Amino acid sequence: MDTIEQLKDAALQAVAGAQIEITGAGAVEPGLVVDREHMFAVAKFFRDDERYAMDYCSCVTAVDFLAKQTKKKVKQPDPKDPTKTVDKEVVEDTPAYMEVVYHLYSIAKRQGPIKLRVRTEREVEKCRVPSLTPLWRGCEFQEREAYDLYGITFEGHPDLRRILMWDEFKDYPMRKDYQPPLDYEWEPTPHDHTLDRAKQIQGITPPSALTEEKK
Amino acid sequence: MIQPATTEQRYTLTPTAEGLIETQTLEVSIGPQHPSTHGVFRMDVVLDGETVVKLKPVMGYLHRNHEQLAEKMAWLGSMPFTDRLDYFCSMTNNWAYALSVEKLAGIKVPERAEYIRVIMAELTRLVNHTCLVGFLLQDLGAWGTPMMYAFREREKILDLFETVSGARMMCNYMRFGGCRVDMTEADLETARQITAKFPRFLDEFEKLLSENEILVARSQRVGIVSKELAINASLSGPMARASGVEYDIRKVDKYGIYDRFDFRVPIGEVGDVFDRYYVRVLEMRESIKILQQALKDVPKGDFINPTVKLRNFKIPAGDGYGRIEAPKGELGFYLVSDGGTNPYRYHVRPPSFINLTILEDMCLGQKVADVIIILGSIDIVLGEVDR
Repeated sequence: MDTIEQLKDAALQAVAGAQIEITGAGAVEPGLVVDREHMFAVAKFFRDDERYAMDYCSCVTAVDFLAKQTKKKVKQPDPKDPTKTVDKEVVEDTPAYMEVVYHLYSIAKRQGPIKLRVRTEREVEKCRVPSLTPLWRGCEFQEREAYDLYGITFEGHPDLRRILMWDEFKDYPMRKDYQPPLDYEWEPTPHDHTLDRAKQIQGITPPSALTEEKK
Repeated sequence: MIQPATTEQRYTLTPTAEGLIETQTLEVSIGPQHPSTHGVFRMDVVLDGETVVKLKPVMGYLHRNHEQLAEKMAWLGSMPFTDRLDYFCSMTNNWAYALSVEKLAGIKVPERAEYIRVIMAELTRLVNHTCLVGFLLQDLGAWGTPMMYAFREREKILDLFETVSGARMMCNYMRFGGCRVDMTEADLETARQITAKFPRFLDEFEKLLSENEILVARSQRVGIVSKELAINASLSGPMARASGVEYDIRKVDKYGIYDRFDFRVPIGEVGDVFDRYYVRVLEMRESIKILQQALKDVPKGDFINPTVKLRNFKIPAGDGYGRIEAPKGELGFYLVSDGGTNPYRYHVRPPSFINLTILEDMCLGQKVADVIIILGSIDIVLGEVDR
């Protein structure tokens, strides 16, 4: 099969205006990040193009990335002594995003996988990506699962309902910042962290008094 | 929320000799506590007489958020929990997870461990397929007998699993870079005996079943899936192969040492319930072939890669998807590592969950009794569907 650069070029040629980046170059499995507007067209290209014939969408899943700060040390000339260099800590901010990953294989040509990713904002209202269920029927339940557990709205999905959690459930449990509700497990004699949280809910202990471990 | 049937669906006008009479469709909830749903699984079915006009599967009764549990513990910590996914085939679940981690971390597996893994996986396939045939016949109304025959054979293999790993079903046997304990020569001899005796059981089983008039009449031309739909709906394993999709990950990916064995991939022609039954019977015969070849020359050596750390095991940052041909289909694990001691993201691609996608398509227009055997032929295990 083609290398990841060739895949990117082919997709860029076929879909005008698409923004495609390569992730994990040199890793075990590199992938292509496609922008939301052109995701459907790029996926359709890989399915219909004779060179690739990705007729089998194997695995659909979502990954939640929180905003994080990475500290890097950058060498800078020392202001006191210009001949020497000092390490300066630079903090890099990576914004939070939600990512949906599709693994495509070709049964006709026995090749794959092509890993397509699409990224979106983490806020539930803005967390929208195009659904690929019209292209591959096999995405139907897997996208429903991603909606259920991550709160990603797949635009164009024929039947987007909760699938594993019950219909009345409010939150999205696989998100990294998910907190189980405090009344989730009622205990007649709360102790340890359950007691701490019970006190917190009753306003006895201010949240700041809780240590990191007790939370 | 399941949408209730519309007025149009609910009332239909059926022509009779006297004229048109108004008939009403019936909404039936099959499950969640029903022996033929193979666990806590529910189907909301709308019936017109006996014919299915709408069917929506409802699942999640066994949901325990396996993926989130795994994200909160060490890489190896979720190995025992993979047993609980598809509790009939814990060995292949272990292997799929170990394979994905090995792929991501670049761990080499010793020769002997690869042989043991193949032996265990193929024995698991025998367990799964015999049981499935037993359950399918149970769904058809053959109460007890075929299932007990199947369970009798299954127990012989599970006894071997118990001797080797310490547990009948929750084996927790594979480790990153090999297996947890070695198979002794006596264990291998037991495996050889099981393999030698299994074809005789299969002959007897097939003599009882394959030409049985009731089985043929009930299962042929029922729940047909076309080849195009099977590929498009991501069906995998025996379900896809019964529809004529020639795709076996053992042949395509050649993971482990499957390129050394000579075996064929049985495929069906029609894609009905009978084909799904018969593809599995043929697959068992191919598994026996693989077992005979694998058991002939198991090399001596390490059963686990000694350089792999058990404690404080870390994987360099990155992501990877590993998949194997589990008895039910393509079982994959998508893992994202941030370089820490536990997975950042851990996703299971469960074959029986995805094979359920087109349950409605298969059942529309069929009789309600056929819904039960169509579901039985998909071969679902709710531990895996709900995770």
